[in-house]
Amino acid sequence: MPEGLFGLNPWLDGLIRLLLIVGLMTVVAMGLIYIERKVLGRFHARVGPQRTGPFGLLQSVADALKLIGKEDLRPRNADPWTFEFGPYLVFIPIFMGFVVQPFMADFNVRVLDLGILYFVAVSSVSIVGWVMAGWGSDNRYAMIGGMRAAAQAISYELPFVLSLLAVSMLSGTLNINEIVLAQWQVPNIVWQPLAFVIFFIAALAELNRPPFDIPVGESEVVGGPFVEYSGIRWSMFFLGEYASLFIMSILISAVFLGGYVWPFGQELGIGFQLLLTVIKASLLIFLIIWVRASVPRLRIDQLMGYAWKILVPLALVQILVNGFVLVYDLPMPILTVVGLGGIALLSWLTERAIRKPRAARASAIALQSEAAS
Amino acid sequence: MGPAETLFSNYIPVLLATIVGFILVLSALLGARLLAPFSREREKSTTYECGMLPIQRSATNVGMRFYLYAILFVIFDVEAVFIFPWAVSFMTLGAQAYWLMVAFIAILALGLGYAWKKGALQWR
Repeated sequence: MPEGLFGLNPWLDGLIRLLLIVGLMTVVAMGLIYIERKVLGRFHARVGPQRTGPFGLLQSVADALKLIGKEDLRPRNADPWTFEFGPYLVFIPIFMGFVVQPFMADFNVRVLDLGILYFVAVSSVSIVGWVMAGWGSDNRYAMIGGMRAAAQAISYELPFVLSLLAVSMLSGTLNINEIVLAQWQVPNIVWQPLAFVIFFIAALAELNRPPFDIPVGESEVVGGPFVEYSGIRWSMFFLGEYASLFIMSILISAVFLGGYVWPFGQELGIGFQLLLTVIKASLLIFLIIWVRASVPRLRIDQLMGYAWKILVPLALVQILVNGFVLVYDLPMPILTVVGLGGIALLSWLTERAIRKPRAARASAIALQSEAAS
Repeated sequence: MGPAETLFSNYIPVLLATIVGFILVLSALLGARLLAPFSREREKSTTYECGMLPIQRSATNVGMRFYLYAILFVIFDVEAVFIFPWAVSFMTLGAQAYWLMVAFIAILALGLGYAWKKGALQWR
């Protein structure tokens, strides 16, 4: 049995670690809200929050207090059970995802041998909560938003899973900590640039971050499944969103960027390991916010087509190429070259889809003639 | 300790995480119940809509296209689950297992191509 850091029985040990995670998650989520507003403000050429506390640092605290003090409404027509349990089903799976996150060498809640499979399985459960929230609210906007969320999540689940598989093929394990330790010389992004790009895009979609925020698009479905939620119940969704942003950035930095070992090896002290994780995760979070500030929202046909016609085939090709190179023991730089070629192909296809939306135009004409007849 | 017990003790934190997450949401909701004001009004609990009352309940018709994607997703997710054990062990299984997986993925790629050609991937 792996001995716990606190040397206690597994129940108590797990409980203490989870309570630490609760504190960490709350602080990080509040910090992320502040940072996102501040960084977005800079991108928009304004200052962002600045009135509450020094540099506006207490903005999230003020928001939280306001949300706790707000009335918790439930519409008369809403289905009580699905409406009440929506927030639970969104939040609990996200929280369960923390169990396998590698922050440092000896501090994750538990090292699971099937870590990646566990994470993928658990993180996709929260979509049930989204659909429940959308259906239970008995509101058309919420209903459409929930359906869109489900369609988007299941479509981008595939490139998400397949690119993670491509990486676990390199290390030959699904244990996230072993994947991190296997990267002590070269991080996986060097061998798998295409898988990294696909995973990053799919992670944006799984997080419902812009440009993949059509389930919650304000100008289309006025907030999607959450339109009827208010006060603390709404803030549960919000907390879950930022917690999953945190989880996802930790996961990407662990799986692709070498987590806490690269570039200094695993003999490093706990403090440096934590610092490495924090630096890598912060860079990724900044990148995600940057994408939000500069890319417009996709249309739903573009969104679904992009996942099924471009990302899934490319991810499958990546897996086959990985297998070929590894089975026949070819030199590893081939993977880098193929991956970079794949990125070039991906950007060419994306560019082409932007410049020549032929299929969309044809279907729009077909719809018009249908409406006219 | 036997492997079964190790497996069990590995997943204790998972069970605990479920419980702690549940308690977290529950305590937040109970806290709001204690702190937040409540006043029941008839107009306040109507469904949000742009200034008018909605005509029917919203759970009426949902586009058929969502189900197409759902079916495709089930097929490909099962495929991904099959690839998982292969991805971990293909180095020990050798070249034959690799070509079997190539055939497996090729069959599924044919299915994807068929769906593509039939226009199931086109959002209409």
